[in-house]
Amino acid sequence: MSIPLSSYLMLSAFLFAIGLCGALSRKNAIIVLIGIEIMFNAGILNLMAFWHYKYITMPTAYMFAIFAIAIAAAESAIALALVIAVYRFYKSVTLDEMTDLKG
Amino acid sequence: MDHSEYLQQLVRQQWLIPFFPLVAAAIQSLLKRPARKPSAALTIVAMGLSCLFALRAFFATIGGGEHHDVERAVFNFTWFRFGTTSLDIGFILDPLTAGMAAMVAFVGFWIFVNATGYMADDENFTRFFCFLSLFAASMLGLVIANNLLLLFMCWELVGLCSYLLIGFWYFKPSAAAAMKKAFITTRIGDVGFLLGIVMLYWKTGTLNLYTHDALHPGALEQVSALALRSGWWGLSAASTIALLVFIGAMGKSAQFPLHVWLPDAMEGPTPVSALIHAATMVAAGVFMVGRMYPLFTADRGSWVMDFVMWVGCITAVFAATIAVAQFDIKRVLAYSTCSQLGYMVMALGAGSLVGGQFHLLTHAFFKALLFLGSGCVIIGTHHEQDMRKMGGLRKYMPITFWCYLIGMLALSGVPPFAGFFSKDEILLATFHRNKYAWGAATFAAFLTAFYMTRQMFMVFAGTWRGGRPEDYPHSKHAEAHGQATEAHEDHGGEPHEVSWNMWLPIAVLSLFSIGLGFFGHNYGEYLGAEAGGSEEGKAVVMGASLAVVALGLLLGWAIYGRKKMEKATDPDPLLGALRGVFIFLNNKWYIDELYAATVYRFTATCGIFFRLVDKLVVDGILHAIAWTAWAISQAFRWVGDEFFINGGFDTGCETVQLGGEELSKLQNGRIQNYFRVLSLGAAILLLIYFFT
Repeated sequence: MSIPLSSYLMLSAFLFAIGLCGALSRKNAIIVLIGIEIMFNAGILNLMAFWHYKYITMPTAYMFAIFAIAIAAAESAIALALVIAVYRFYKSVTLDEMTDLKG
Repeated sequence: MDHSEYLQQLVRQQWLIPFFPLVAAAIQSLLKRPARKPSAALTIVAMGLSCLFALRAFFATIGGGEHHDVERAVFNFTWFRFGTTSLDIGFILDPLTAGMAAMVAFVGFWIFVNATGYMADDENFTRFFCFLSLFAASMLGLVIANNLLLLFMCWELVGLCSYLLIGFWYFKPSAAAAMKKAFITTRIGDVGFLLGIVMLYWKTGTLNLYTHDALHPGALEQVSALALRSGWWGLSAASTIALLVFIGAMGKSAQFPLHVWLPDAMEGPTPVSALIHAATMVAAGVFMVGRMYPLFTADRGSWVMDFVMWVGCITAVFAATIAVAQFDIKRVLAYSTCSQLGYMVMALGAGSLVGGQFHLLTHAFFKALLFLGSGCVIIGTHHEQDMRKMGGLRKYMPITFWCYLIGMLALSGVPPFAGFFSKDEILLATFHRNKYAWGAATFAAFLTAFYMTRQMFMVFAGTWRGGRPEDYPHSKHAEAHGQATEAHEDHGGEPHEVSWNMWLPIAVLSLFSIGLGFFGHNYGEYLGAEAGGSEEGKAVVMGASLAVVALGLLLGWAIYGRKKMEKATDPDPLLGALRGVFIFLNNKWYIDELYAATVYRFTATCGIFFRLVDKLVVDGILHAIAWTAWAISQAFRWVGDEFFINGGFDTGCETVQLGGEELSKLQNGRIQNYFRVLSLGAAILLLIYFFT
């Protein structure tokens, strides 16, 4: 009844691909942000899967995961704040219109 | 405390003697022009302090005369060290130094006091006193040096200061020329001195004069060894060094033929003349010979001593003849200094260290007195230096007159004034050495008495031949004017007595000019001369010198005293009697013209010749090299630089620029684009990871 490690990894890769696709293809900054968060969670899932199958006796990975989630939360808060600031400036959240960094 | 220990303790403080004037000079160099009073006060206080220290050292050396050896304390220390070689300098305290330092500081002190009056109107007062202090400091440094290095440094400093002070009024072209002349002429002598120092170092390996250390003996403690080694020109090493060193003294002490700078040095302010002629500059040469005297006497058989004596003798006679026919009050004194220095050098050459040094001391006092007196005359007559335009000053300037008279008698060698005793000592020493030199020197003594009498009568006797009272209506109150306090702004007019700070120094110096002569014998013992010496012939020498002095005075009176000059334009009485000779002497034997025709012309011709060589040969070679280099560089420029380097570099630059333009298109500001490239890169990396 045990689920093999590869299943978790495939799920993780699938999530990562979904996130990447979302981050690359959508115009809305918030959707891009969501895509990034999905990729982030794919990474954490990957980490936990490896822990469970290889190093279950050590509690370290929990700590890493919790840290990563906390940092992700903080990061998304900052990102949302940035989006709001960008919106105030451009009156839009469409990334294609933001080309001021053009070289 | 033991006496020699006391001297050891004192010698460690010798540096204090030049220290005070040096500090005074340093401070004054920072003072502003209007700070006259602080400047003068500082100079005089500093000089007074160093005078006190010099006198303390002097009295300390007098104290220990029980045993016949000269007591000499030295203090050497390492100045700096490089590698294994170290440079020492040191101080010395022996009778020669102590007497000289006391004289320099004492006479210098009174000259400074007089200078405050002489320079009262000058706007560069502080600069003057700064130089004076430095002058005194360097001379005192020279006197206390126990090391040829220190001695030479101070020697050059003295030369520098005299250069600065002779040319103090540098805006006068004659002063500017005189300062250069003094510097260059003494420099010719300095070459000899430096060669002597180098040779001494080469032969002995040390520049210290005395060390009192058997392991590392000083240079003068090795003279007996030096006398046995051979030097140049067939002389022993000691005599060679002595000769070279003496050439330096010839430049500094204005011996023939390097005397030409001394009369021109009259261009400086009169206190400077007094300082140069009495205490510092010219005394340095004679003192230095006295300091190096063991080298001169080490080799009895050499001709160096005779050379020294004859140079002195020729100078003494030669300069005395010129002094007879001069009209400038200071120029007469200048040539008399030259002549008296000849006496000192002659005494040293005749083997009498005591005679030379004693005459140096007494001469310093009465020559300083005479120069300061002539300074008083110049100020009193409103900057008149031509004796023909003076006359009758005895009435107007009584104090100056009496002091000047004492100085004049001392210089002429009239007993009991100081000059008589010291000159007698020299004549006696010369008498024993060489009868001809003695005869010439006695003739010079006659001339000395004669020209000083001439000067006295021209300046102080008769009537005032300068500006007549009727020419100056504002000076009807001529008698009241004589009270010396009259403001000095009315130039021209009646002569007047000078203020107290000018006559006090000459009064003090005249006391010493009277009294100092009686200590000649004590001074001889003090310097540690062989007791007694030969008294043989003393009566002849003294009688002859008294006779010629009396003859000189009488002749002077007969020619200049009986019939006084009436007008400034009257010809000199001698001019009528000995026309050709007088003009010849008035033109100083045409020595300057001779130098102009020979040395100067030779140098100028050499200059033109070398300029031609420079233009044709050296410049030609240089230009050829330059042209070749230029041609080669042109070739390299076109082929190498323009084509390869510039071409290659330019192409490289263009490529980089194009590449940059292309790449900058990637950076279009769309964040998702960057992200795409990033993802693509990551994917490629992953693929590489999986398939390798």
